This record gives sequence, structure tokens and C-alpha cells, in this order.
Amino acid sequence: MASMRDIKRRRGSIQSTQQITKAMKLVSTVKLQKAKQRAEQSKEYFNCMYETVVSMLAKAGNINHPYLKAGSSSKKGIIVITSNRGLAGGYNSNVTKLITQGDFKKEEAEIYVIGKKGRETFQRRGYSIREDYSDIVEEPLYSDAMEVSRKVLDDFVSGEIGEIYLAYTGFKNTVVHVPTLLKLLPVEVAEKTGKDGAENAQKNAAPMNFEPEDDAALELIIPKYVTSLIFGGLVESVASENGARMQAMDSATSNAEEMIDHLTLMYNRARQGSITQELTEIIAGANAISM
Amino acid sequence: MADERNFRLKVITPERVFYDGDVNMVEFNTTEGEIGIYKGHVPMTVIVNPGILTISESDRARNAALHAGFVEILEDKVTVLAEIIEWPEEIDRKRAEEAKARAEERLRSKSPETDVLRAETALKRAIARINLISS
Repeated sequence: MASMRDIKRRRGSIQSTQQITKAMKLVSTVKLQKAKQRAEQSKEYFNCMYETVVSMLAKAGNINHPYLKAGSSSKKGIIVITSNRGLAGGYNSNVTKLITQGDFKKEEAEIYVIGKKGRETFQRRGYSIREDYSDIVEEPLYSDAMEVSRKVLDDFVSGEIGEIYLAYTGFKNTVVHVPTLLKLLPVEVAEKTGKDGAENAQKNAAPMNFEPEDDAALELIIPKYVTSLIFGGLVESVASENGARMQAMDSATSNAEEMIDHLTLMYNRARQGSITQELTEIIAGANAISM
Repeated sequence: MADERNFRLKVITPERVFYDGDVNMVEFNTTEGEIGIYKGHVPMTVIVNPGILTISESDRARNAALHAGFVEILEDKVTVLAEIIEWPEEIDRKRAEEAKARAEERLRSKSPETDVLRAETALKRAIARINLISS
């Protein structure tokens, strides 16, 4: 059995770890609240944006625009949003798994990484990392998303990548986070929601006009659409990150609690044992003298 | 004071709801030129060019600098999806003037690596900001 001092030392160290995890949990709870609020505030924008793009594509029909078909390159640009910090449970690995265990070939993937943890994973596995925007993850601004989308669209238009994907963690609620892989370009909304979109468009009695004409409008709106998706991904990922960290720290705190309880029991047992032993020794000694 | 000529205007940015209320008229700059919208406009989606957004409420007019985004116009509702928009009090005059000087300098230098389109947009933005606060 471990000595009393060992147990005491162990218990002390677990206690201080518990204090840290507790503090981290509180911090991420506050951050989560903020991030959640931001995610909710920005939702309206994306819904509007999505509706507009869908109705536009439903109307545009057979426009032959480069944004609507895959480029000639077999390379696939993937924007991966992870966190800069660890200790968030499976948050980071769940996102990176979408790529490493998905149907992407390592040679074809060009990673635009957002978040240090993702960069480390992909570097270790030998993926080609094209850009690194890790510093924007702490507090994503819309202008940051604009910068990222400008870069990927440039690469798409110049033919260096043929398709663009976005891997992020969707925020359903505080405890449910869904790692999501989204195809940004070529735009696919029309195929999936084409029917609904067309029906909706018919429901609106007056048909929507576009100014400038369809092609030009598409040219201008699609980049905004991509930017808004990237920004949405960022905001949701930040919320999910803090949610995941809060959960991880919560269970770490309760695990520490459990260990401390167990060690306290062991410590008391050892203490009692040593007292009993001492007593037996004294009595035995006294007996030996009096004999 | 429900004025029946009023319609609903919503200005949404990715970060917040910028404006939401009933208005009489709204004016702004599009890629095709400046337009003003009253209730009952033909449904239309237009792209924004940097300029001043004027919101005429029943009793007063408010201005804001609208830099990028697009506008969805329906008969009784107008939604502005603005990427960048500011109230006059949010604008830093000095910064705007510096940005203007910088953009002009870049356009003048005409070195091959200058992104002319970007510089022009930056210039337009700066001018819109300055116009707004000096008006």
C-alpha cells in the first residue's frame, strides 16, 4: 500500500488540476454564451442570403457560369476550421476526420487551414497546406471571411483548384455539435433544393427581377454567398469549440472529484492503519518491558 | 401614425440587425446607378455600389454609409443584405481620409502589381464615408 505521504501528494496534485479544469469550464461557458449570441445574430443574414441565391439559381436555370461547374483541375480546395487550443474533447479530431477518413485523396487535397490544431494534424499526415489563417479563429470578423473567400475564389477562377469544400463544426445547441462538410463551389443548391426553390418562386406572384442581368448578378452574388458561408462556418465553429471545451472540462472536473474522493478514502484508511500499527507496537513494547 | 405609404425596411449585416422599421422611402447607389424606392416597387434584386443609404422615415431622414452587399426589393418589404455599413457616428474621419489618400496613391502609381479594382473600391468607400460625414 502506498504511503500516507504519497497519497496526500497525489491528492493535492489532482486538486490543483481540478481547480484549473473548473476555471476553464467557467471561462468557456462565458465564451460560449457570447459565441452563441453572435451565431444567432448572424443567422438571419445567412437565411436571407441562402433564399436569394436559391431563388436566383432556380430562375437562372441554364446559365453557363464558371462558378456553377467544376473546374478542370482535379485538386480539391478544402477550408478546414478547427481551434487554436486543445482540451476541447473530440472537437478538433472530429473535423479533421472528415477529411482524413473521407473520400479525399491525399494528393488531391489542398488545405486552407483555419486553426493551429488542424494545421498540426494535417502537417503530421503530410497533406499539402496552401494557406494558414489560424489567427482569425479567436474572434472571427466578417472581413476575415472576406479575405479567405477572396483567396479561394481566386484559386478557383485561375483553375488551380477544381472544387471548394468547407469543413466546420455546426452548432445545433450547447451539447450537440455536428462536424459538417459542405461543398461551396461549384454551387449545388440548385440541384438539392431546385424543386422547392422553383415552387417558392412560383408562389411569389411577381417574379423577381435582377439588376444587373442574371450573369453579372451571379458573378457578384456568388462570392458574397461563399463569404457568408465561410463566416457562418467560423461563427458556428467558435460556438461549438467553446461548447465542446465546456463539456470536456465539466467531465474532467467531475472525474477529478471522483478521484479525490477515492484518494481521501485511501488516505484515511492508511492513516488509521498507521495509528493502529503504532499502538500495537507501543503495547507490545510495554508488554515486553513489564515482563 | 401608421402611414399607408410606408413599407418595411430591414438592413441586416452578418454581425447584427442594423436597422428594422417602417420607412417612407429609401435611396442608395447600385451598380446601375442611384435609385430611390417607394412602396409598391417592382420586385427586384440589385447589387450595391459604395455610396450613401438614405432612409426617409415619416418625420426625419437618416443616412448611413453602405459599402457592399445587395438589396432585395419586394412590393411591401425591402431587405438590405449589407456586408459593410456604418452610421455616420461610427466613422472615423481621419481614417477615411487616410484611406482615400492611400487608394489615390495606389491608382496613380500604376505599378503592375496594383489591384486596380480593389484600389478603386477602396477609394469609392473612402469617398462615401467622407461625403456622409461632411453632409
